[in-house]
Amino acid sequence: MADALVYLYAVTDADAAEPAAPGGVDDAPVRRVVAGALAAVVSSVDAVRFGEEALQRSLEDLQWLERAARAHHEVVAAAAESGPVAPVRLATVYHDDQSVRALLHERAADFRAALDRVRGRVEWGVKAFAAPTADDTADAGAAPGSGDGSARPGTSYLLRRRAERDRAGTRLEAATAAAEALHRELTDLAVANRRYEPQDPRLSGHREPMVLNAAYLVDEVGGDALRELVATRADGPLQLELTGPWAPYSFAALEDS
Amino acid sequence: MTSGGLSTNRARPPEHRQESTNLADILERVLDKGIVIAGDIRVNLLDIELLTIKIRLLIASVDKAREIGIDWWEHDPTLSIGQRDLAEENKALRQRIAALESGRNGNEGGADG
Repeated sequence: MADALVYLYAVTDADAAEPAAPGGVDDAPVRRVVAGALAAVVSSVDAVRFGEEALQRSLEDLQWLERAARAHHEVVAAAAESGPVAPVRLATVYHDDQSVRALLHERAADFRAALDRVRGRVEWGVKAFAAPTADDTADAGAAPGSGDGSARPGTSYLLRRRAERDRAGTRLEAATAAAEALHRELTDLAVANRRYEPQDPRLSGHREPMVLNAAYLVDEVGGDALRELVATRADGPLQLELTGPWAPYSFAALEDS
Repeated sequence: MTSGGLSTNRARPPEHRQESTNLADILERVLDKGIVIAGDIRVNLLDIELLTIKIRLLIASVDKAREIGIDWWEHDPTLSIGQRDLAEENKALRQRIAALESGRNGNEGGADG
């Protein structure tokens, strides 16, 4: 144990139950370090694998990163089951429990404030994409075989491409406006909100452009209303994706950290 | 009172949650959000942009991409049915060019260079 480092997942209330996490990063058991009214959710990890050099290398290995990210996320989610949680960013590592205790003491007021902000609240993610419309598919299907296709294929090809581009532009504008309107409605239901850069299509898994990527912090009532609102908009100009409930990753910042 | 969302989560079987949480969403949160504290071990986290590029490179391996939930090309009409239209169109264009060129050769030697 002398050669172990301490990996920090999250900070919670000291009186919260032990998180029922199956195993953390590197399959290390999850435990708590308590200091005053706060508890840090941690794992003891291998000092070589989580030392500066190895850790930096590992972070650039996508396979490793995926496993670590999922494990980190699972532990944070388990901790969130038993009370408010302030998730800490991936790969925050300390020399020993004593350093973690010192951190909890030093920033106690900040952590308390962060936990109070998210108490009884969860985060939902909403992503909106421009929905492909019915006439797009109809036109695309009709154009290649229609009329003078064989007589002037070059011209008809260019015309078709231009029409497709125009349609896509109009559709994107409409979708963006609809997304802004939806965001305003969601904001009214939420205690707080954060907007993020739209994800790259290759990351989002959607071919259509993302027009909204936001997180909303809601209480129980707000969460129900948010889910209902998203469900009722499923047939509009937007394709919606709801993720959550998340531990409040987007809302647990420390003041002036 | 329990917090509504997370208690629903608890009722759900864990595999389900794992499946429905896509890697991009997890990475966006654990790398880009959450409290930043300077630990004793100093590392530079890759920014999300760099990570996107890495994932793009990784997509060269289709199986892996599917594994991490990226399979949009399977639903992409321009890559499945659309591809055939394009091939037909190219063929038609090539025939058209051939027809034009043979017509031109029949008339005269072409425009001066």
